[in-house]
Amino acid sequence: MSNDSTKKMILVAVGVCLVCSVFVSSAAVFLRPRQEQNKELDKLKNILVAGDLTAEGKDIQKIFKENIETRLIDLASGQFVSEDQYTEKLNPGSFDIKSMADDKDYGMTIPAEKDIAHIFRMPRYMPVYIIKSGETIEKYILPFYGKGLWSTMYGFIALGSDLQTIKGLTFYEHGETPGLGGEVDNPKWKAIWKGKKVFDENGNVIITVIKGRVDPTNANAEYSVDGLSGATLTTRGLDAMVKFWLSENGYGPFIQQCKSQKEGINEQG
Amino acid sequence: MSKVRKVLVDPIFNNNPILLQILGICSALAVTSKLETSIVMSIAVIFVVAFSNMAVSFIRNHVASSIRILVEMTIIASLVIIADQILKAFAYDISKQLSVYVGLIITNCIVMGRAEAFALKNPPLLSFMDGVGNGLGYAFVLLVVGFFRELIGAGKLLGIQVLPLYTEGGWYVPNGLFLLAPSAFIIIGLIIWAVRTWKPEQVEED
Repeated sequence: MSNDSTKKMILVAVGVCLVCSVFVSSAAVFLRPRQEQNKELDKLKNILVAGDLTAEGKDIQKIFKENIETRLIDLASGQFVSEDQYTEKLNPGSFDIKSMADDKDYGMTIPAEKDIAHIFRMPRYMPVYIIKSGETIEKYILPFYGKGLWSTMYGFIALGSDLQTIKGLTFYEHGETPGLGGEVDNPKWKAIWKGKKVFDENGNVIITVIKGRVDPTNANAEYSVDGLSGATLTTRGLDAMVKFWLSENGYGPFIQQCKSQKEGINEQG
Repeated sequence: MSKVRKVLVDPIFNNNPILLQILGICSALAVTSKLETSIVMSIAVIFVVAFSNMAVSFIRNHVASSIRILVEMTIIASLVIIADQILKAFAYDISKQLSVYVGLIITNCIVMGRAEAFALKNPPLLSFMDGVGNGLGYAFVLLVVGFFRELIGAGKLLGIQVLPLYTEGGWYVPNGLFLLAPSAFIIIGLIIWAVRTWKPEQVEED
C-alpha cells in the first residue's frame, strides 16, 4: 500500500493519535495523586507566606499545625461553625472552595448586581486561618478568589488583629499572562500591600488599586496600592475581588463579629 | 560507532542549535535567570527532542509527506504534556516557576527542526542520539547563561549565596540587569563570539 493512499494516511494518523493518547492519559492518571498532594502543600505554603511564617526548606505541615488554627465560618452570620456541626463535606480538613461553591446545599449563586468579582457562585461557608501568639489573635488569613483577565485567581489575604491593616497577600492558583498579569504573584508587588488599610471610619471598603504609583503624600496613600503596568484588567479584577470579599457580601459579618468581640474584651479588661 | 559519537557531540560545539542555527532563543532568554530552572528546562528539552526524534524515525517510512508535520506535532505535543505532568508531580515549585515555558517546548524550533532534518532520514537509534546531542547543545548554552545570570544578578548559585551581598554585610553589589531577559542576549552574544573565535569556520561570510 502506498504511503500516499488515503486509507494508509488515515490509518497512520489514527494510529499515532491512539498511541499518543494512551501515553498522555496514563501519565495524567498515574501522576494525579502526587500532583494533588503537591497542590495541597503549595496551598498550605501560601497560607504560611500570607501570614509571614517562613517555610523555606522546613516541614510545611508541621509549621502549619503548630502555628495556625483552622476554623470554618458561616459567611452570612459571621459566626464560627462549631465542631459538632461538621459534616463530611463541611469540615476544615477537606474543604474545597471550588466544589463547595458548586454544591447546591453549601454554595449559592451571587445576585448579578452584587457580583463585582465575577465569580457567579460562592460557598456559604469559608475556612479562616488564625495565627495566635499565646491567647491573643495576631492575624486572620482569609481565602478569596475572583476573575482576572483570563482566569479565576485564588489566593489568601491576611488581616492584622485590628481587622483593618493588610498583613499579606498571596495567590496559589491563577492563569494570568506570565510577565504581565502574572506579576500579581511577584513578591515585590505583593509586599507593597503590607500595611495598607482597608476600611474608612464607616466600615466601607475603600482600598483601591490605582493606575500608576501611589503618591505617599496623598491623604489616601494608605488606602491605595500601585497598579501593575501592562496588567490593567488583572489588577482591576484583583481590586474588585478585594472589595467583594471584604464587604458585607463576603467576610463583612465575620469582621464585624471579630471587632465587636475584641471591643468586648477591651472593655472587660 | 564514530557516527553515533558524531551526532552526539557535533551539536554541542560544531553545530550548536542556539549558537549556530539561532533556534530556541525564546526559552533561552526566559528561563535562565536561575541555574536551577535552566537545568530542569534543559532536561525537559533533552527528553522531548530525543524521544520525538526516535518516534518520528520509527514511523518515517509510513507517513505520507502531506501529513508528516501534523504527525510530528502530535508526537511532540504528547511528549511535552508528559514532561509537564512529570514536572508537576516531582518538581512542583520549579514547574510553577517555568510556568508556560514547559508547554512552549512544543514551539521550540529545535524539536521540530531535528524531526524534519534528521529523524525523517535516519534510523531510530541514531535519531535518538541526535536528539540527545541537540538537547545537550541547547543545555550547554542554557547552563552557561543560567550560571552567569544567577551569579552576577543575585550572587547565588542554585539558590545558595556564594558572593556575600553588600546589603547583608558582604562586599558584592548584585547587578539587577542580569536578572532581566536582555542580559541573556548579551551573554549568548559573548558565547557566540567565543565559540566562533575558537572555531573560525562557523563565521558567516558577508
